Amino acid sequence: MAEVLERSMQTMPVPVKLLPAEKVEPNRLRTEEMVLNVGPQHPSTHGVLRLEAVLDGELVIDVVPFLGYLHRCFEKHTEAMTYPQVIPYVDRMDYLAALSEEHGYALAVERMMGIEVPEKVEFIRVLFTELQRIASHLVAVGTFGLDTGAFTPFLYCFRDREDILEMFEKTCGARLLYNYIWVGGLSHDLHPDVLGMCRAFVKKNRATHKEINNLLTFNKIFVERAANVGILKADVAINAGASGPMLRGSGVKWDVRRDDPYSIYDRFEFDIPVGNGMFGTLGDCFDRHWVRMCEWEQSLNIIEQILEKYPQDDKTDVQKAVPKRIKPAAGEIYSRVETPRGELGYYIVAKDNINPWRVKVRSPAFVNLSLLPIISRGYLMADLIIILGSIDIVLGEVDR
Amino acid sequence: MTNTEIYDKLKGAFGEKIGEWHEQTGSEYMKRMSSYADVTDAGYIRDVCLYLRDEPTLGFDSLLLLSSVDNGDNTLSVVYHLEAREKKQYFALKVTVPADHAVVGSVTDVWSHANWQEREAWDMMGISFQGHPDLRRILLDEDWVGHPLRKDYKYPEFYRGMKVPY
Amino acid sequence: MFQDLNDLLIGLIGKGDLSDLLSVVVYAAVPLVIILLYALVAILAEMKLSAWLQDRLGPMRTGPWGVLQPIADMLKLLQKEDTTPTLADKKLYNASPFIVFIGSYLAFAALPFAAIYAGARVNTGIFYIVAVSGLVVVGIMMAGWGSNNKYSLLGSMRSVAQIISYEIPAGLAILSVVMIAGTMDMQTITKLQQGGIQNWFIFGGPKSLAGFGGNYSWLLTPLMLVSFILYIIASLAETNRVPFDIPEAESELVAGYHTEYSAMKFALFFLAEYANMFAVSAIASILFLGGWNSPIPGFLDAAWMGFIWFIGKAVFFVMIQIWIRWTLPRLRVDQLMHICWKVMIPFGMATVLLVGTLVTFLIH
Repeated sequence: MAEVLERSMQTMPVPVKLLPAEKVEPNRLRTEEMVLNVGPQHPSTHGVLRLEAVLDGELVIDVVPFLGYLHRCFEKHTEAMTYPQVIPYVDRMDYLAALSEEHGYALAVERMMGIEVPEKVEFIRVLFTELQRIASHLVAVGTFGLDTGAFTPFLYCFRDREDILEMFEKTCGARLLYNYIWVGGLSHDLHPDVLGMCRAFVKKNRATHKEINNLLTFNKIFVERAANVGILKADVAINAGASGPMLRGSGVKWDVRRDDPYSIYDRFEFDIPVGNGMFGTLGDCFDRHWVRMCEWEQSLNIIEQILEKYPQDDKTDVQKAVPKRIKPAAGEIYSRVETPRGELGYYIVAKDNINPWRVKVRSPAFVNLSLLPIISRGYLMADLIIILGSIDIVLGEVDR
Repeated sequence: MTNTEIYDKLKGAFGEKIGEWHEQTGSEYMKRMSSYADVTDAGYIRDVCLYLRDEPTLGFDSLLLLSSVDNGDNTLSVVYHLEAREKKQYFALKVTVPADHAVVGSVTDVWSHANWQEREAWDMMGISFQGHPDLRRILLDEDWVGHPLRKDYKYPEFYRGMKVPY
Repeated sequence: MFQDLNDLLIGLIGKGDLSDLLSVVVYAAVPLVIILLYALVAILAEMKLSAWLQDRLGPMRTGPWGVLQPIADMLKLLQKEDTTPTLADKKLYNASPFIVFIGSYLAFAALPFAAIYAGARVNTGIFYIVAVSGLVVVGIMMAGWGSNNKYSLLGSMRSVAQIISYEIPAGLAILSVVMIAGTMDMQTITKLQQGGIQNWFIFGGPKSLAGFGGNYSWLLTPLMLVSFILYIIASLAETNRVPFDIPEAESELVAGYHTEYSAMKFALFFLAEYANMFAVSAIASILFLGGWNSPIPGFLDAAWMGFIWFIGKAVFFVMIQIWIRWTLPRLRVDQLMHICWKVMIPFGMATVLLVGTLVTFLIH
């Protein structure tokens, strides 16, 4: 232990490198810099995140994120759990899109064991993860509006999210952390009311989509605030591993659902919206917001197609394919899905045992957040908040 | 280009530095995404990655995940999952180093994604990455002792006067 | 028949030291009571209006439909611990809420609430109001500096820059009215607008008064509309309301210059904000919308009805401010300055120039 400590002392605190003010804006007198601690208690850090912002007046010279306030070392926990026991832990990573996380994990284990899931289960999974995507984007769009100072769209978003949560609650009894998607199946069959509720919801939600577009997206002030801010170039985004709306906002047409199809996504028609620099530069905060707005609409399209094709007479038991004993053969897998925040990957090492040897998560929010210092230098303090909001992080997933 | 062809190409370019090919057999997906090649020289990983990224026929422009594993036999591994977005190719590399001298070359300047992932691997597994610009703990506090994801990790009884296993 | 409240007092107790003293007390107390009552109503209105705009119910538990909520809030604020940061500059920190409140309260002295009631008959009324409003800036600066908090400091710097900048377009808009009226006395300005809606300054001012250009004043209508809009926008900025609420921008600066304040000191800032909202709305209604005058001659224009008209018009603008607050996002600092210096001031200058020309050659 002492040796480990000694080594950690050697390589540890490296002083943070700051970009001097003259570099950000030449022809400018050197002024005193101010370090502003944004968070961990701050209305706009979307959880417990601490940013050390080095400011020159209101100009952001550098940002250093400090993570770990929500760290539970979930990866260590998994080593003492059986494979199905991990699922509730996975829920607690991205608590705004818990079903997508579960789907990713279940899929990874199924792929390791070669389990074929009944068609009906796949339908329900896709239906629910798409609903979850809408719910998550509603929060993302609403809180982004909140960051720009618009309070009302936020509540309109939460009003519609409530309908989605009600559907989930009816089916599996939980509203936030579901433990619904199991390895090989689901915990409960779809509640008979849900399809009807879903139809009504799609109709209502399209109206909300339009409403939010009118109230927020095309609001002149909002456009002024979000456009030309936090510009992320496509090559930087790919190199830094950005994914989800963050990557698509930069104009890269990349979606795991289309480029590496899983479940039954290849049966549905949907677009991959990308940013187009509508009001500013390609890859600015507005583009990321716009991608989320379009994805929301695309998810509604997918849900409509599911409602059409859903095998209602299929009385298959949703737990038919759930194995009695989940014990993958020795081997390792990297498996990924598209969550609302981007590419969620699970790297699982199995050693022919009932508990995983190692589970490592590629958390999209963690990777996207690492871009914050790159894209927020040289903007104002007010823009920093907007940029952070446009990344749409969930701290549960960042810190794991 | 299939995985094995890439492996052969890599073997041709780096010879002895590239070790065995480990094919995963569970399913087609596993075979495609998770089969990996050993890199025998931990200091060489950056060069291999740079080659994979810049060689026009390969073009691995993105690092999907950098993960660390404690193999349980006093060795640690770092696994790199790569993807070429244009060509839809996948590849994985694995470097194994002894636990008491866990030093691996950093690939931060190849894919900036590796920056935080390497910091996490250092934080959790105690693998230090040579050439990393800012290797600090990322999820745990700076004064935390030890690296929790190692299999021989012992929970500290106290941390700053607080009882840890409660 | 008495001219105003002062005459009433003299009539009741006779002229003398007592009546002088009493009139001071009365004239100081009436606006304070009005502010306090109005603040309670406005806070409730803000809560309820925002709730209705957002598909909510708003407060429902305290009293019927939650009407007692502002009183409960007030009691809560009274009981809360009054904290002072250890490293704060105590004198500045403790004084600033009072200075801010006094700054907005002083403005009420010159407001003519009705034909029979105008606190101080200052013949430079509007000038006086603009001047004492400047005191608020000092208070905010003291709060920001004295709190020894970086958010407060940033907030107060923003606030000072903003209020000082926006006083220029507001002043230009006021200047147009003053040029037409030829006086700065608020009561006289109001009296000029008697006799129906067409005489209000938003439509160019009195039409048939001796010494005025009669129907020529219709020519002023478009210019005065511009002035009016300029004033409304500038007044939003001066009271730090959305979309100009960057000094207290909740999502960026936590609460701006009053981040560190709690209990009654916070309540004073809060009260000052609401009082300010009322003051600027009242000025807008006096300068442009006839003050305490009824829009139709003979319709509900008893002397005491002036109170109703005046407060009604002012509250109407307060409601508009609330409506805007819950609809729009917030501007950024540089955009705010851009709007002020590059859009509003040129418009204001042009209006002043044109109004001045028209007034000189056609009207007087």
